[in-house]
Amino acid sequence: MSLATNLKKMRYRYFPDHVVGEMLSKNWIDNAIPFAIMVVVVLVFGALLPNFYSASNLGILGRQYGELGLVVLAMTTVILVGGIDLSVGSNFALGNFLMLYCLNLAHLPVGVSALIVVAVCGGVGLINGLLVGYLRLRAFLTTLVTLIIVRAVVDLLLLEYAQDMSMSFYSSTLWDLMGLGGLGQIPFSFLVLAVIAVIGHIVLSRSGPGWRLLAIGGSRRSAYNMGLPVRRIVCSAYVVSGMLVGLAGILYAARLSGAGSDTGMGLEISALTAAILGGNSLGGGRGSVAKALMGALTVLVLTNGVLRLGLNSGSGPMVLGLALLFAVFIDVRWLKNRHKLLNKVYVSPTLMEMPEPRTTAEGPLTVNDRLSDVEVIALGEVESPEDVILDEDDYLYSGSRHGDIIRYAPPDYKTHEVYAHIGGSPLGMSFDKDGNLLVCVGGMGLYMVRKEDRSVHLVTDETNRSLFSVVDDSRLRLADDLDIAPDGKIYFSEATIRYEMHDWPVDALESRGNGRIICYDPKTRRTRTLIRNLVFPNGVCTSHDGKSVLFAESWGCRINRYWLEGPKKGQLEVLLDRLPGYPDNINRASDGTYWVAIMGMRSPALDLALRMPAFRRRMARRTAADQWLYPNLNIGCVVRFDDNGEILESLWDRKAANHPMITSMREHKGWLYLGGITNNRIGRIRLEGRDENWSGWSSYWGPNRGPNKGKGRPAA
Amino acid sequence: MRFPKRLGSLSQEQIVFLITICMFLVFSLTLDNFLATSNILSLLRSVAVLGILGLGMLIVVLGRGIDLSMVANMAISVAWTIQLVRVGMPLGWALTTGLGFSLLMSAITGVLIAYAEIPAIFATLAMGTFIYGFGRAHLITGTDVVYLPAEFGWASAIGQGKLAGIPVPILLAIAMAIIAYLFLRYSKLGWNIFNIGDNQSAARISGIPVRPVIVLKYVLSGGAAYVAGLITATAVQSMNTRIVNSNMIYDVILIVVLGGVSLSGGRGSVRNVIVGTLLIGVLVNGMTIMDIQYTIQNVIKSLILLLAIVADSLINPRDEQTGQQGDI
Repeated sequence: MSLATNLKKMRYRYFPDHVVGEMLSKNWIDNAIPFAIMVVVVLVFGALLPNFYSASNLGILGRQYGELGLVVLAMTTVILVGGIDLSVGSNFALGNFLMLYCLNLAHLPVGVSALIVVAVCGGVGLINGLLVGYLRLRAFLTTLVTLIIVRAVVDLLLLEYAQDMSMSFYSSTLWDLMGLGGLGQIPFSFLVLAVIAVIGHIVLSRSGPGWRLLAIGGSRRSAYNMGLPVRRIVCSAYVVSGMLVGLAGILYAARLSGAGSDTGMGLEISALTAAILGGNSLGGGRGSVAKALMGALTVLVLTNGVLRLGLNSGSGPMVLGLALLFAVFIDVRWLKNRHKLLNKVYVSPTLMEMPEPRTTAEGPLTVNDRLSDVEVIALGEVESPEDVILDEDDYLYSGSRHGDIIRYAPPDYKTHEVYAHIGGSPLGMSFDKDGNLLVCVGGMGLYMVRKEDRSVHLVTDETNRSLFSVVDDSRLRLADDLDIAPDGKIYFSEATIRYEMHDWPVDALESRGNGRIICYDPKTRRTRTLIRNLVFPNGVCTSHDGKSVLFAESWGCRINRYWLEGPKKGQLEVLLDRLPGYPDNINRASDGTYWVAIMGMRSPALDLALRMPAFRRRMARRTAADQWLYPNLNIGCVVRFDDNGEILESLWDRKAANHPMITSMREHKGWLYLGGITNNRIGRIRLEGRDENWSGWSSYWGPNRGPNKGKGRPAA
Repeated sequence: MRFPKRLGSLSQEQIVFLITICMFLVFSLTLDNFLATSNILSLLRSVAVLGILGLGMLIVVLGRGIDLSMVANMAISVAWTIQLVRVGMPLGWALTTGLGFSLLMSAITGVLIAYAEIPAIFATLAMGTFIYGFGRAHLITGTDVVYLPAEFGWASAIGQGKLAGIPVPILLAIAMAIIAYLFLRYSKLGWNIFNIGDNQSAARISGIPVRPVIVLKYVLSGGAAYVAGLITATAVQSMNTRIVNSNMIYDVILIVVLGGVSLSGGRGSVRNVIVGTLLIGVLVNGMTIMDIQYTIQNVIKSLILLLAIVADSLINPRDEQTGQQGDI
């Protein structure tokens, strides 16, 4: 093998292509650009300004950050609910003035003064809230008006009291601590911000009120139609905003102890800039506390830095304006193109070298017409019966894509009824010892239909989260087929953790080991992932001796054996490979062998493409999804093999007359029943020379099989 | 709250117009000299600048946008013009350069909004900051206020001259109002602005060149800002760039919205702006005669704006089902 081939193998084996796409699909990636901008701004000004990282400078910055951060949080709260609050600047000035007034002229204690200030600023917020929330005025104009009015009020008050205030000077330990001190090196205002930010984060991301707030911002109309108290929530957002601004005003008063007519001038612009720079979207619904804090830091460092660089008077605004435009431009583009980018890079094909398939021209796999006389059941009355199963009373069950499990009555299966409605598409099915039907449901997980009352119960829909997986692999996305071991543990396959059920062809294109075998233990009710990185694990079947589990890896065209007990316990081995098609469900046969459905045949073109991952990646990026190479799922067959991995026979429908597409088959009392996921029918065919009394359930739980001898069939 | 049916059929424009007439009558009866020709002319003259800025804003707002950079654009482009004349550039060239600068800046704003798809509020806010900063740092250095030199010649008549006894600013404002009216009412481009403001996606699908028209919108508002700036500067013999930090841009929005132009675009006309401008003119003039403090004037103006939009929302309540998402 040449060096280049080896390198290619190593590259696809070790380089995690798929991680990029998975990261792009996460919500937290929205923070990447604001974060990068913040880092760049800090680094640039850290390099330009002397002593930027000194303790004293950081202390000053931290103190200002506490104030600005609170105001930005206030603005963010309102932006999230789909509004805007331009009155923060003058409300801030009002809070600052009022605090100083209460302390210096009214001689109130700090605590009482602070409460008054928060209440009054909250009151200004309430006015905004009533106007915007209840009267449905436009937020921009309304808060613009309150901005002007509150500013004018502050100016009038200043005119009246500024002189008196400058004469007296309030001092107390608490007040000095607020203005000058803190916890060790950490300034007081920074601590306040930290506490509020933690609370705000929890409320926004983990609580009902926060979710309702975001829902209204996301779509006010839908929230209204859902019955959320839209007006009240919008109003309270403005109240919260006002109170936060009041708090910031108090901290500012503590720091500077002065009130001037330019206090908080233009603060609304800085806060708005910070909120948007951080990545909160103007118009609502998308944003977080972390984004607000990042934006606040960027703006603070930028404005302070430009000021300290001592450029001539216009440079500050110029740099600020430019930085702002650039950042918002990037953010807008990012938002718009993120999903396009995600679509392009999410599919990350890997190298898959398929061995030469076994021949179908001769030997046990020779194409024949044994399925051409299949008896057809429920033609046109069922859609996509992925799996079929029979109980001891010969009733036939199948899934349908409408989310039902349908039961057909023996002996001729001409009548049927909805046995249970599940909601998701039922895939693999299995009866447990008590006759309850266990079903893997695509997109939902593992469900059980009780025998007594046909009630549907969730068995499990999550497993343990693996440590380094970027996508959340604790949820079950595509539980596919299951089987039950003699000890009652349920082994089931999840075909892929990266795609939804109907995107299975894309998983085939990727041919990456995205699937896994999971075990649910009914005794402990715990679900654990047993084997990871399987290439579309599909059919699962416990061996006749109950000591191992067989499962198919569809795109790998092989069948594996996983040992549950015995000397090889915990080991995985390939039982049967080089299949000519994609194996699906595996089920027991009456003579101690196994049936496997081949859902589609391999084609040389796709096999070749699997050896060329770069080609497949180009295809995924440059052509429309309906033009990609997909596995063929039109013609398949049923194959019987034994415990040694020896293929014994195969059944085909060469002319594609009655039942060419097969995803599952069950042997039952001398008949073989066939299901296919793209079919509108179920097939059955008489088998020659098989045990006429053998049934699947008795093979697992009947008196003559398995460890539960003598218990007999469950009561009907 | 239910209003009688006849009142319910009043539009915000009509309400504001009624308020204006009422105030006009009250002031005429109670204030001396209010009705004097000189006072009426000075009233009109004082709002001419605001009116011209309002026309520019109207065009932008009709196409569902907003231009917060108008005042900065006006201050810096005119201040630079004056500065150029001071350092010896011929008047014609200086005026052209200033206008060019103003149009260029607003074209950049337009491109940022139309092509880079930055929200208008934000793009114009940032451009306003940038224009002011750039102007102060590189075009007019060292001073806030640029004084009009004697070489300004005939152009000083823009703010100070009179034609047939009527001050030129009023005539200019009227001329621009007529042009804006004809443009919006009878030209295809004007219609396209309405269509874009009404429904941008529909406009795009029906083949209107949405992006170029948006750029044009901002260029027109830049032009209006330059004219308004020239009037301001020549009237008081100087251009104070600190005007950028004042509430002026809010006043411009005020007169546009007051008259009943919808900030979500597609609804409004020149008449609305005239009504809004007149209300502010009457109000400010009356209050000035009554010698009311500037800050209190601000409060009163704001309260009236609030009253107008509250009345609008009570008479034409906004429905939760039809409210536009992201409309702030």
